Amino acid sequence: MDIDAGEYVSIMGASGSGKSTMLNILGILDDYDEGQYVLDGKRIQHLSETQSAAYRNKMIGFIFQSFNLIPFKNALENVALPLFYKGITRKRRNQMAMDYLDRLGLKEWWHHYPNELSGGQKQRIAIARALITKPSIILADEPTGALDSTTTEEVMQLLTEVNNMGITTIIVTHEQSVAEKTKRIIHLRDGIIESDIRKHHENL
Amino acid sequence: MRIFEFDTLKEIIDTMRKNKLRSVLTGFAVAWGIFMLMLLLGSGQGLKNGITANFEQRATNMVNVWPRRSSMPYKGLKAFRRLRFDNTDIQWMRQQHPEIEYISGYIGQSQSVSYNQESGNYNIEGVMPDYQYINNVVIHANEGRFINQMDEMQRRKIVVISDQVANTLFKEQNPIGHWVQIGSIPFQVVGVDRKASTGDQGRCYIPHNTAQLMYNRGLRTDEVYLTVVGLHTIKDNEAFEDRLRAGLNRKHRVHPDDKSAFGVWNQAASYVQTMSIFHTIDLFVLFIGICTLIGGMAGIGNIMVITVKERTREFGIRKALGATPATILTSILLESVVITTVFGYLGMLLGVGSLELVNSLLGSGSGESRFKVFLNPSVDLNVVLLSTLLLIACGLIAGYIPARKAVRIKPIEAMRAD
Repeated sequence: MDIDAGEYVSIMGASGSGKSTMLNILGILDDYDEGQYVLDGKRIQHLSETQSAAYRNKMIGFIFQSFNLIPFKNALENVALPLFYKGITRKRRNQMAMDYLDRLGLKEWWHHYPNELSGGQKQRIAIARALITKPSIILADEPTGALDSTTTEEVMQLLTEVNNMGITTIIVTHEQSVAEKTKRIIHLRDGIIESDIRKHHENL
Repeated sequence: MRIFEFDTLKEIIDTMRKNKLRSVLTGFAVAWGIFMLMLLLGSGQGLKNGITANFEQRATNMVNVWPRRSSMPYKGLKAFRRLRFDNTDIQWMRQQHPEIEYISGYIGQSQSVSYNQESGNYNIEGVMPDYQYINNVVIHANEGRFINQMDEMQRRKIVVISDQVANTLFKEQNPIGHWVQIGSIPFQVVGVDRKASTGDQGRCYIPHNTAQLMYNRGLRTDEVYLTVVGLHTIKDNEAFEDRLRAGLNRKHRVHPDDKSAFGVWNQAASYVQTMSIFHTIDLFVLFIGICTLIGGMAGIGNIMVITVKERTREFGIRKALGATPATILTSILLESVVITTVFGYLGMLLGVGSLELVNSLLGSGSGESRFKVFLNPSVDLNVVLLSTLLLIACGLIAGYIPARKAVRIKPIEAMRAD
């Protein structure tokens, strides 16, 4: 399976089909035993924790079903956190984070803590956090799983925009409606690629 | 590695501020450990200082000898013979016992002393120049001198008065050079003893020879005071007392087994005994101190373990966002160090404050004359610093073990952990 730069892909499959495992491998969150994974021309396998952390930081933005925001940090600090690990100064970090919050329409909410925000807002903050390092890939694990249909719509719109910015976007989902929005749908069953359908009509 | 960068520290402090309860709980364990340790050590020291202060009014190695009656017949002499000391006994004791450093005869008599309109009944003590060192007489630089050899030889009518006498008879006036009446005889004041004495009435020291003449003692003396050197154990002191008695019995022709012919009171023996008690107390304090520290260490360890467990998910998120295991480990450990240092210092301040408070309360509440039990509680700061360092190290170790485990966990597993 090849995914080119700038593609908009969704991975579908029943639970247990291996889609989360695949995402973990793609996100260098987990190692694998067989086969090989080449990211941006580099073979990714048996990396040290430090190396994989550097790759994640530079190239990959994560979006999770459960948002995974840090509860004791406010919206701005959550968005700015990846930049801390990049070694960017606090002032610059906060400027950039505010900029991204603004783009996602959450500027007024910057000082709120995750438990003071709605699911949609939390996911938008998570998206801002994923985008702030200007990654080449966005990996989204059931990004809409915890959201109602209206916010699901909003979040998918955002992800589509993200993809339009040229960022490879890979979404793991079991919702057909979500997968419909992407340009390529990969079905997995028992860890094997069952089908790989490219759509040629344009979204948006 | 950018470990000690200011920004890293700021991130850590930020995390601590946002997790106040956790930080304060950890900190409390440290602060409390150090605080208790300081109280304990300070109290031990205070007790020691207090008891020791009671000895300092006299030389701690002082021995007092006085003649009594013989209790058995010996060499044709009857029992219950009244024994007396004279000048030869003093010289003889000095010759016989090289342990003796200072020695003085002592003639005591209570008599009225007056100056102008003021008068009082005081203890007149005929003593020799050595007595200054035996009784720790304190004479300030501008307040004259003690009795000297010339006074003795010429049987001068001079007197060294104690603090109380000076205050009563002379008020604010400087007594040096003025003449006081002891009974009906005028004596010139040559010195003031400023030693803080314990509740007795005032005393006036006059030359021993003058006292012998004045109180019709001839060449006799009432008692002998002496100090000894080089006797460090109770055994040494008992041996010295036995030798002293044996020699005096021989000289006074008293039965060698007669233990009650001469009274001997050895302050050194009771000092040595008290000090050995303190040695035991020191050990006890040390033991409790170590136990307190272990308690503190266990507390920190416990909290660190829980903290790390609780934060597993956060570490997972941080890893997904690009934190290396090393940065996370460093931040956990630095956090632990910052907390233990800050709160250790706080506990130290609190301990010092409490000890000072106790000290000032005791200082204002007790009279000069009271038998002191507690005085100037203080703690060796090095010990406290060492304990704080120990607690910091402990926080490090206690944080390191679970943190290393938490950091190794795959981010995805960490994020599933709830």
